[in-house]
Amino acid sequence: MEQFTTIGLNHYLTISAILLGFGLFAVMTRKNAIVVLMGVELILNAANINFLAFSKFNGGMEGVMFALFVIVIAAAEAAIALAIVINIFKLFKSVDVSSIDSMKE
Amino acid sequence: MSNPTYTVIFYLFAAITVCSAAFVVFTRNVIYSAFSLLFTFFGVAALYVFLSADFIAVTQVVVYVGGILVLLLFGVMFTNSIMQTGQKSEVTHVVPGTLLLAGIIGALLYTFYTTHGWMPSETTMQGSIVERIGFETMSRYVLPFEMVSILLLAALIGAAFLARFDKPGK
Repeated sequence: MEQFTTIGLNHYLTISAILLGFGLFAVMTRKNAIVVLMGVELILNAANINFLAFSKFNGGMEGVMFALFVIVIAAAEAAIALAIVINIFKLFKSVDVSSIDSMKE
Repeated sequence: MSNPTYTVIFYLFAAITVCSAAFVVFTRNVIYSAFSLLFTFFGVAALYVFLSADFIAVTQVVVYVGGILVLLLFGVMFTNSIMQTGQKSEVTHVVPGTLLLAGIIGALLYTFYTTHGWMPSETTMQGSIVERIGFETMSRYVLPFEMVSILLLAALIGAAFLARFDKPGK
């Protein structure tokens, strides 16, 4: 019972593992490119929870700074990925990632 | 920390995060996924507050909810016609995906709960960390800070260049 009422590192790692699993599931099973991007965002959030949890229980600032940089990179990644998805939609009239099978127009 | 109120609020936000993440993944409607992702991001931001990273929580709300989620919604609206009601996304490889989901979560949780190796430091982080983030950014992490700012500028210019409309008659 003590393990459930005292919030420790394992609780955060559990949430992070569940989010990672859901993100991988979305990336693997979805055909819509935008839902695949949502899965990538879930994975990045899971990694951030891990960084901040270890940083909290370690007392150092490394995890916090790394989480901040991960958020910045995630913003850049989302902007570029959406631009690519919009271009794919203009070329193929679809965002179904399994129907995009040619490399030239 | 075994304050009962603290524990209950933690489990509430953990449940919001996990349930809305499950809804993002398992619903077939793209719009529902995007709006459910909103609750996931807010839940994760609340967990960041529990981890005494208040500045990161605010950054999460501003960048993810205000930026990335709006971009994703814009992508959904742009790549589906608005009048089309059932914006279902097809699924593929469901059985290997489910096996991967169960395998990853099972293996990680088994490892976490059967090894008793975590030894928290004597000086765990307490209180606000905004001031410490400022010092760290301007001292140890000044080079990564500048590099990531240039990367973000280049990425945003590149995204605007990639997604622009072609002028007719060119």
